[in-house]
Amino acid sequence: MTDVPIIELQDVRKSFGPVSVLQGIDFRAYPGKVTALVGDNGAGKSTLIKGLAGVQPYDSGTVLFDGEPVELQSPRDAAALGIEVVYQDLALCDNLDIVQNMFLGREELSRGTLDEGVMERDASDALRSLSVRTMTSVRQKVASLSGGQRQTVAIARAVLKKARVVILDEPTAALGVAQTAQVLALVERLAHQGVAVIIISHNLQDVFEVADYVAPLYLGHLVAEVPIGATTYDDVVGYITGSKTFPGSETVA
Amino acid sequence: MTDTRTTPSGPDAVLISSGVEGGVRDQVRAWWHRVRGGEMGALPASAGIVVLTVLFAFLSPFFLTERNFANLLTQAATLVMLAMALTFVLLLGEIDLSAGVTSGMTMALFVVLNNVFGVAWPLALLAAFGAGLATGLVIGFFVAKVGIPSFVVTLGLFLGYQGLALTIIGDGGLYRLQVPEILAIQNANLPVWAGWVMLLVILAVVSATSVLDRRRRTRAGVPNRTITLLWAKLGVVVVVGGAVVGVLSQNRSASPANELAGVPVVVPIVLTILWLGTFLLDRTRFGRYVYSVGGNAEAARRAGINVRLIRWSGFMLCSTLAVVAGLFSISKVGSIDAAAGREIVLSGVAAAVVGGVSLFGGRGRLLNAAVGALVIAIITNGLGLLNLPAGVNFMVTGSVLVLAATVDAVSRSRASGMVRRN
Repeated sequence: MTDVPIIELQDVRKSFGPVSVLQGIDFRAYPGKVTALVGDNGAGKSTLIKGLAGVQPYDSGTVLFDGEPVELQSPRDAAALGIEVVYQDLALCDNLDIVQNMFLGREELSRGTLDEGVMERDASDALRSLSVRTMTSVRQKVASLSGGQRQTVAIARAVLKKARVVILDEPTAALGVAQTAQVLALVERLAHQGVAVIIISHNLQDVFEVADYVAPLYLGHLVAEVPIGATTYDDVVGYITGSKTFPGSETVA
Repeated sequence: MTDTRTTPSGPDAVLISSGVEGGVRDQVRAWWHRVRGGEMGALPASAGIVVLTVLFAFLSPFFLTERNFANLLTQAATLVMLAMALTFVLLLGEIDLSAGVTSGMTMALFVVLNNVFGVAWPLALLAAFGAGLATGLVIGFFVAKVGIPSFVVTLGLFLGYQGLALTIIGDGGLYRLQVPEILAIQNANLPVWAGWVMLLVILAVVSATSVLDRRRRTRAGVPNRTITLLWAKLGVVVVVGGAVVGVLSQNRSASPANELAGVPVVVPIVLTILWLGTFLLDRTRFGRYVYSVGGNAEAARRAGINVRLIRWSGFMLCSTLAVVAGLFSISKVGSIDAAAGREIVLSGVAAAVVGGVSLFGGRGRLLNAAVGALVIAIITNGLGLLNLPAGVNFMVTGSVLVLAATVDAVSRSRASGMVRRN
């Protein structure tokens, strides 16, 4: 791992009452690389992500951003650093069009009124930068889009915000084969733009297709963080189910 | 058009359109595609107006007279206003069952303050608007802050305000409105020349906003709709507006002794509020947030929008505009009793839904509510001319409401069917 991480977690911990969900996690994400966070239900993936998003701050541990320690106490802190989360349930308004959704909450104004021209231009540019070509018009209502197209809009929204770290929560969970391929291609292009992409997935096939690093979680421990080429499908399944430990790391509880 | 944007050519250039490219034919086709996709807007209600007008013109020789036309507009004004007020909460996916009694109660306050306590009418009016605003504040508190469904909160207020109006006015009481300025709203007319000036102002506003929009889009480098459509739009305003003002400029007096002509004062007031409200909803962040909260409140929250504040403001706007509806009503009736506004609220909701405002939030415009209210007003007016029993009016209005909701549901299910096929 010769890359310099944009974000680095050191020994972060989080517990809910007596249940300690994160038991000292060290985790890194690199600009221009896709890091897959995998693990079974209850392994702590969501808690780890919510901490990064500032939604649910960690109890202890250090977060380094560009090598500097930072506080992630609220979603605003995360947004200020350029950390964007694309949630599984997408958070788009069906009744608004693509441009309106992409700019929701930070509309461009000109003399106090919405500047639709500028917003339309920037939204088109963001979609174009991701080589999106599956939509007919940026003024289409989101209600008329397919699942993959919606995912695309949500990701393009993060691009529009000039995000440096984009966290994708199960981006392909509800998609068919063709749309999954589309979204994975989008993830790769996002990384090519220099964005650090963290992708949470249950689908190891997707992970092996798109990720540069894989980080399996098991019961609140990060088992390993390895380049995808240095591991195998079976090994990762082993890490996730706890039947295997990473050579060189300490045995997990 | 020459102002299409210049983009770096390459495999990725201009693959996603703005939806405004092409000539008139492309735009008409795109519009028709949207209509078939379930975005019908005010189309069914506008068609309803045409059908009902033709129908009643055949059935009653009085329907198409100048006098009845002016009368119809003043009859409709209260319902149009109330439907527009309700649209602000309907867009949020909420409802205000108390809008009617709010207009009744605030008008009771207004008239009693003026008649009984001798308060100058502008002050009494200010008190009425203050009461309306406070009503919205209270509803907003219980809905947005405490988290009670708006149906329950406003149902409670619906009952409570009837009691309050009864307390203000007294059992079986009735007060006559004695403010000529307020009576003038529904009973006076603009001078004939002022009606034509009004039409010119409308044309100027429509052209100015369109030109400014086009300039902004050109500056941003995104394509504009073909200019022909703007000319067509102005043409429609000239023809329809010209016809309306023209008819209202005719002498419609029943006796040859005096002359009665001109656009009723209430018309420019309604049009101004319609324009301001539409501006707020279409062109400001607030309006965008209203639609987003109505479409997906969770998405709005995650986008950093203060959902609670938006809901709260919606109820305040609705209650305040309901006061205006009340003013139109007492100006038309000339008096106020304790039951004022009790029945009209459901007609207001029906009018908005007939016009294409969704009860589930996020869909519809003020113009839709106004057109829907006109449909219901035409039914009431036309059936009244036919001397049919009052029961028929309710039955017909009810059927039209269900018909409008059916058209909406069918078009939407067909729209989602189109998505599934893709």
